[in-house]
Parts: sequence; C-alpha cells; structure tokens
Amino acid sequence: MPKIALSHLETAILLALLISVVLGVVTRKTDKERLQYGMLCFARFVGTIFGLAWLMKLGHG
Amino acid sequence: MADKTVAAALNPQKNVPLMQWVVPVLVGWLIPGGGHLYLGRKQRGLLLGGSIGICFLFGLMMRGAFFEPQTGDLLTTLIYTGGNFANKMVGLPYFLATWLGYNQADVAGHVHDYGTKFLAGAGLLNVLALVDAYEIAAGKKD
Repeated sequence: MPKIALSHLETAILLALLISVVLGVVTRKTDKERLQYGMLCFARFVGTIFGLAWLMKLGHG
Repeated sequence: MADKTVAAALNPQKNVPLMQWVVPVLVGWLIPGGGHLYLGRKQRGLLLGGSIGICFLFGLMMRGAFFEPQTGDLLTTLIYTGGNFANKMVGLPYFLATWLGYNQADVAGHVHDYGTKFLAGAGLLNVLALVDAYEIAAGKKD
C-alpha cells in the first residue's frame, strides 16, 4: 500500500469534494438538482476553509 | 378508489415490509454504493461507491488508525465507540483491511490524523448512502 502525505489544504479540499458528491447524490431528486447542490456544497466548503484559514492567520497575527 | 390511490402515493407506507429494504441496505453496507446498484440506480451507486471507496483508500494511504471502542467519561466513549461504529459502517473494505493485517497505531502527525478522519468519514458517508437506499427501496423517493 503506497503512503501519501498531503498538505492541510489538499486534504481538506479532497474531503470537501468527496462529501459534496455524496451529499449531492443523496439529498436531491433530479440529476440537475444533484449537480447544483453538490457544486454549492463544494463551494461552501472551500469558502469556509479559506475563511477559517484567514481568520486563524489574522487571529494569530 | 382513486382517492385511495392518490392518498397512497402522497403518503408512502409507514411500515415498510422488512424484506423490501433489508437486502439493498445490507448490500449497501457491505459494498458502498451496492444498495443503489442493487436497486438499479447505477449512476448514483457508482458515484457513491467511488466517493466512499476513495475516501477509505486515502485514509489507508495516509496511515489513519481505526478506532478501538473505549469507555470512560462521556466524551471518550462517544469518540472511540462512535468512531469504531463509523469505521465498521464502511462494510467489507473495513473487514478486508483488518483481515489483511492493517493495524496502524494512533500516532501524532497531521497526515495520520487526517487519515483517521477519512476512514471514519467513509463510514459516515456510507450511512447516508444506506439511508438513501432505504428510502428508495421503501418507495419514499425515486
């Protein structure tokens, strides 16, 4: 089994992508709605990641 | 007669027969996305299976640890027993990995830590897939 070492950002974005796919598939009724909701979830995740990252950076000075 | 049909369509059965949903849910637990494939939702099954499988695989490659059930204070019980439950909910991949000897100790480091979360997260995503498979099998959604 190969070993990988991703950065914090890569790992968080990968997890956001995988969760968004699953949430999109299970929560909406049509394919179009699923795609839209999946993309919306992913955008929100990425927005939150960058938002919290900046908050922590500014908080730490 | 027509009223009853309309009412049945609007209010799906509350007590769904066990045999109607138990097989797809069981298949979905053992093979992530399998419940959807069993019910003929190939595209959704492949997406779910792929996402959950990748999540689990990355967890293994990041050398994440499986949770061992522990009791003690409420938080310890919740995290370790809940984590163990989440690990097991991924089904066959978990049992295969442990059977093949995967036994990563819980060590410090952000990569290991993310790996542990990926392994537990894969199981939790499979729980969502199982609920969806149940609802499809019960006729509550398409």
